[in-house]
Amino acid sequence: MKQYLRNTWDGIFTVLVGMKITFKHLFTPAVTIQYPDVKVTLPERVRNRLYVNMDDCIGCDQCSRACPVSCIEIETVKSVPGEDLGTTSNGKKKALWVTKFNIDIAKCCYCQLCVFPCPTECIYMTDVYEFAEFERSNLLYKFATLTDEEAAEKKVNFEKMQAEKEALKAAAAAKAKPEAPAAPQPENKTE
Amino acid sequence: MYQFLYNLIGNEIVAGLIVAVVPLTIILLFALFGIWLERKVSAHMQDRLGPMRTGWHGWLQTVADLMKMLQKEDIIANDADKTLYNIAPILVFTGSFAVYAVIPFSSKLLGSEVEIGLFYVLAISSLVVAGILMAGWSANNKYSLLGAMRAAAQIVSYEIPTALIVLSMIMLTGTLSLDKISQMQTSSFWNWNIFGGAVFGLSKFLLIPFMFVGALILFISTLAEVNRVPFDIPEAESELVAGYFTEYCGMKWGMFMLAEYGNMFAVSAIISILFFGGYQSPLGYFGNTIGAEWLVPFEQGFWFIVKGLFFVFVQMWLRWTLPRLRVDQLMTVCWKYLIPYAFINLIIIGIISIL
Repeated sequence: MKQYLRNTWDGIFTVLVGMKITFKHLFTPAVTIQYPDVKVTLPERVRNRLYVNMDDCIGCDQCSRACPVSCIEIETVKSVPGEDLGTTSNGKKKALWVTKFNIDIAKCCYCQLCVFPCPTECIYMTDVYEFAEFERSNLLYKFATLTDEEAAEKKVNFEKMQAEKEALKAAAAAKAKPEAPAAPQPENKTE
Repeated sequence: MYQFLYNLIGNEIVAGLIVAVVPLTIILLFALFGIWLERKVSAHMQDRLGPMRTGWHGWLQTVADLMKMLQKEDIIANDADKTLYNIAPILVFTGSFAVYAVIPFSSKLLGSEVEIGLFYVLAISSLVVAGILMAGWSANNKYSLLGAMRAAAQIVSYEIPTALIVLSMIMLTGTLSLDKISQMQTSSFWNWNIFGGAVFGLSKFLLIPFMFVGALILFISTLAEVNRVPFDIPEAESELVAGYFTEYCGMKWGMFMLAEYGNMFAVSAIISILFFGGYQSPLGYFGNTIGAEWLVPFEQGFWFIVKGLFFVFVQMWLRWTLPRLRVDQLMTVCWKYLIPYAFINLIIIGIISIL
């Protein structure tokens, strides 16, 4: 009988204790935020979507080589003498036309290893994290600023120059056969 | 109100239909408001915000959900018993809607002035059990059937303490009419049945503790009858998917939902009529003070809705406080605790009211 009354009392009392707690929480300000309207400020060094500032890119391919999942694809074409490609923001002279700079962000593992080797600090992680797509192909980001025609033109220019050089070399070789092996080296190292 | 409309129109059926539309409107509006309130209360109790995007603090969310529900395809499983399957939601909603026929919203707004109002409420709300069993059986789904069996066992068991407390109130007030019970508790909250009724004397003070016990038992048992947490084992999302209405979709599911919220308000109304003065104001009427008699019924309606909503809020509050009971615990609470206490309460109230 005593146990029975005790059970009754415990039943009512514990319910009231619980109700007190939930009532307190009814007036606690919400800990959630209204996500798409309000966003949490991200930490300073977050690693999210990659971005390449093509104005500064010299096409050195170091980021591509650093990438552990091979998500960066770079193709470059050498400039012909006389073309001025400008300089990067930290004073490096650009010498290569970057005809292709693709990052497949679907493959990216956000390790940031591509960021450190960049000599001009033109590839970096942004704090953009909302870039879901319905098509996987949309996740292939193309950063190259040259259009396809321009890229083709540069390629043709380079090949033309190369052909001319070959022709010159052939002419020189025809003139003086013994000096031939030394000739190509200075050409490649000039840039 | 029916008499007034009958005099105005002169046609029994039309007047009856118009009177019936009033509680229907109230149920629909209450369901819209109640579902929104439930979501907001649950959200804020969990330190969330709940729906915020449709209208001010998401108050149109239920309307949007309703639109979605109306557009849904009405899917009936192949192996379902189609006749019973289609009747069940209507029967369940009819059961909860019919209760409103006798509930006095104010002294001028009551559907039917039947003398046996309380008896009618207890009888007609049992229709819900039949509907639930039909829904569970016809769906041909193990979860539905389990939910329906549990619901039937639960509702039938908990009708006993409900009936005992109602009986003790009938002994005290000497009437079955909900309107008369409300009228007895007029003028001040001190005259409410929870404080021993309107008759001033020794018996009033003796009654107070037993009235509190009675109100508590009635609240618990009606909570179980409308299948709310912590007595929601017929629905039990985590065990039975959605219990007896697992297989329903679209507006048929919506009718179960409407019935649930209709029932919530109905039992809150019964508690407030039996113990908390029904539509009576706790502190006298403003209309009487300034001499505007026509204002009084509106004030009564206001107080009735406030009291009803308060108990609905307590039901929600409990829902987000307590976990679900086990089946054996459910039966223990009913048969070993509520019924003995209700019986003792009944006997003591009987003796006191003889004094």
